[in-house]
Amino acid sequence: MIYNEAIPAILIGLPLLAAFITPIINLASKKARNAFVIAILAIEELLIILLAWHVFTNGIVIYTMGAKNPSIVPLQAAVPVRIVLEIDGMAAFMGLISCTVAMAAGIYSIAFIKEGNGKARYYTLLLIMLAGMLGMVFTGDLFNLFVFLEILSIASCGLIAYRQHADAVEGAFKYLVVSNIAALFVLFAIALFYAQYDLLNIAAIANAMQYTQLDKIALALLVAAFAMKCGAVPMHFWAPDSYSTAPAAITAMLVAASQASLYALFRVCFTLYGSLMNYHMIGIAIIIFGLLSMFIGVTMALPQKDIKRLMAYHAISQTGYMLLGVGVGLYLLGSSDFNVYGIKAMEGGIFHIINHAMYKGLLFLTAGAIYYRLGTRNLNEMGGLGHTMKFTSIYFIIGALAIAGIPPFNGFASKLLIYEACYKVSPILSIVAMLVSVLTLASFIKVFHSAFMGPKMHDVKEAPKSMLAGMAVLTFVIIFFGLFPGWVVSHIVHPAAMALVEKMAYINAVMGG
Amino acid sequence: MIWNVPFITVALLIAIGLYAVMFKRNLIKIAIGITIIESGVNLFLITLGYRKGGIAPIYTNLPSGVKVPEGMVLPVPQALTLTSIVIGVAVLALMLSFIMKMYQHNKSLDSHSRRLKG
Amino acid sequence: MLETGFGYWDAIAWIVAFIVICIVVYIIRSMGKKEHRKEAEEPFFSGVELPDEKVHVKASNIYWGFIESMKGYYDVMKKMHDGIINNYISWFVFIAVLLLITLFAKEVIP
Repeated sequence: MIYNEAIPAILIGLPLLAAFITPIINLASKKARNAFVIAILAIEELLIILLAWHVFTNGIVIYTMGAKNPSIVPLQAAVPVRIVLEIDGMAAFMGLISCTVAMAAGIYSIAFIKEGNGKARYYTLLLIMLAGMLGMVFTGDLFNLFVFLEILSIASCGLIAYRQHADAVEGAFKYLVVSNIAALFVLFAIALFYAQYDLLNIAAIANAMQYTQLDKIALALLVAAFAMKCGAVPMHFWAPDSYSTAPAAITAMLVAASQASLYALFRVCFTLYGSLMNYHMIGIAIIIFGLLSMFIGVTMALPQKDIKRLMAYHAISQTGYMLLGVGVGLYLLGSSDFNVYGIKAMEGGIFHIINHAMYKGLLFLTAGAIYYRLGTRNLNEMGGLGHTMKFTSIYFIIGALAIAGIPPFNGFASKLLIYEACYKVSPILSIVAMLVSVLTLASFIKVFHSAFMGPKMHDVKEAPKSMLAGMAVLTFVIIFFGLFPGWVVSHIVHPAAMALVEKMAYINAVMGG
Repeated sequence: MIWNVPFITVALLIAIGLYAVMFKRNLIKIAIGITIIESGVNLFLITLGYRKGGIAPIYTNLPSGVKVPEGMVLPVPQALTLTSIVIGVAVLALMLSFIMKMYQHNKSLDSHSRRLKG
Repeated sequence: MLETGFGYWDAIAWIVAFIVICIVVYIIRSMGKKEHRKEAEEPFFSGVELPDEKVHVKASNIYWGFIESMKGYYDVMKKMHDGIINNYISWFVFIAVLLLITLFAKEVIP
């Protein structure tokens, strides 16, 4: 294989470097800049596939920044003080999502973002956002996690406010306040760890963890902060505001960014605390978050009139499925039932993460195509778009059927896993999950009817080719995952789930022994 | 007892900052509240690394009689604080520019005069 | 093929079955009478004459009944989603405190 051990560092460094080269190339030629950005995103996709393949076959990959191994030499200390990138199955899985969504968003933006008004800076921020996401999921160091969290949120805020109209600025401001408060409490929790163990490395802290009173405070702060960042009810209010006002390609990226926070939440619960904490209690807390998110998200989506706001509420509701699936896994962790159906629930929840990033990304992109041609997000002013925007409506149908869990699309496979595993824990969980699925289908029928059906009301053309190509990338992944769910679960999702469960493997990879 | 004063200050700063963010309607005051929380967290980090009578952790030209590493303050929290301050400045600048834009559009700094809801 | 712990899910088999069922339905349908009444093509709207111009139901009018019947719930939700940034943070602090209380509950309440 052409695998190189420096790939993890290149994956984070390359978009950062390219981000600041983009405005320079922009001076020469607009076309060259587009080609450059797409090439970088394609290289990233290729590298992440190489890395993920390596991780899924050979196990955890460690990359130490600036040295051969994580320990420091002069003091002969046994603790890892250097910044470590630790890529296990789950991190590689999240990296795949980020790169794929970023590529689709990059291709889509060629036509979607109009020239002038600083399109080069748009691409700069987009690449920084990708670097932030990858850094957040790859890092093995808690403080580094905080830094990438902030890089990600600052870049996202700049992009949400890109169009600078009143709504966009307000959405960006709310996102910035919320994510900054969350990040500050994450930093406070990190300081609590440092006070006790003099460590910042995730694996080393997990190894030394005593579960003292301070650790409990840190756990509560971390769970609350990351739950707010991933948009769990009742801390979801920022999500519709900023999702609906950002440019559509950025909204698709924001979905992936929220899932990076979801990853951090799972990493804290499973790896940092794992069997030490009362995982029954935290598991129940996450299940309650999930149930509330699912139900309140979907019921708030039904009466919405803004197409992207409606979809944003669905993003909250789908996050609930992931929290439910993984929460059930956390609840059962350590019991004998875990190997029977706890792991299936986790597989369902984790499979749903990638499915959701793909179909919700696709749906936001179709909403963006409508906005591009029609200039409005208000569903009341739409109608009969299916007459001319044929490809867009086909993409929309695929996305809508996938999110509603209709076979044979990918949403069905992950929801089936969640339903069956949750039924064993409590039938009520499955009933709520199915009810939410029905309501999801209902509200997407509303969108499809009011936007695409009916008599021809507007004289619009089909979306430009690059936007269709960006959507095609995500559609391809949806159909592939829908047709071969068994292969995907056993080769990608199962290693990711096991990476979360096997805490000792993560610790030993850094600490040795 | 006197050693707890910095920690009490940290708790007070975070509480004051949270109060401002939760109950003050002026957007500028919300930004100030966030900065106060950040100062509290930074102070917490610095306090963690402090050692009584400790010197700066520089190995060259050590004064005689200083124990290594017990006589030095911890360098890592200081590095963390520096990073956190830099991030804080970036966030504050971005936040104030958003507030400026919102004022231009809404002609109001009240957090209740919002456009997005429901 | 996806093993769900209790059974299996195979999208390819599902599609094959779907196509086979479609073919069977088509065969059964083609065995029916060929001639049909002209007026059967017209949709039957409770005997009401259909207006000639094309109508499009606006998004706000879809699921009006559902939302109206759950008015109490939606009023509470509208109040919750008030869009004020102060309340967003208040909810976060509330949840963090709630989590702290549940984590320390065993020691506080004997």
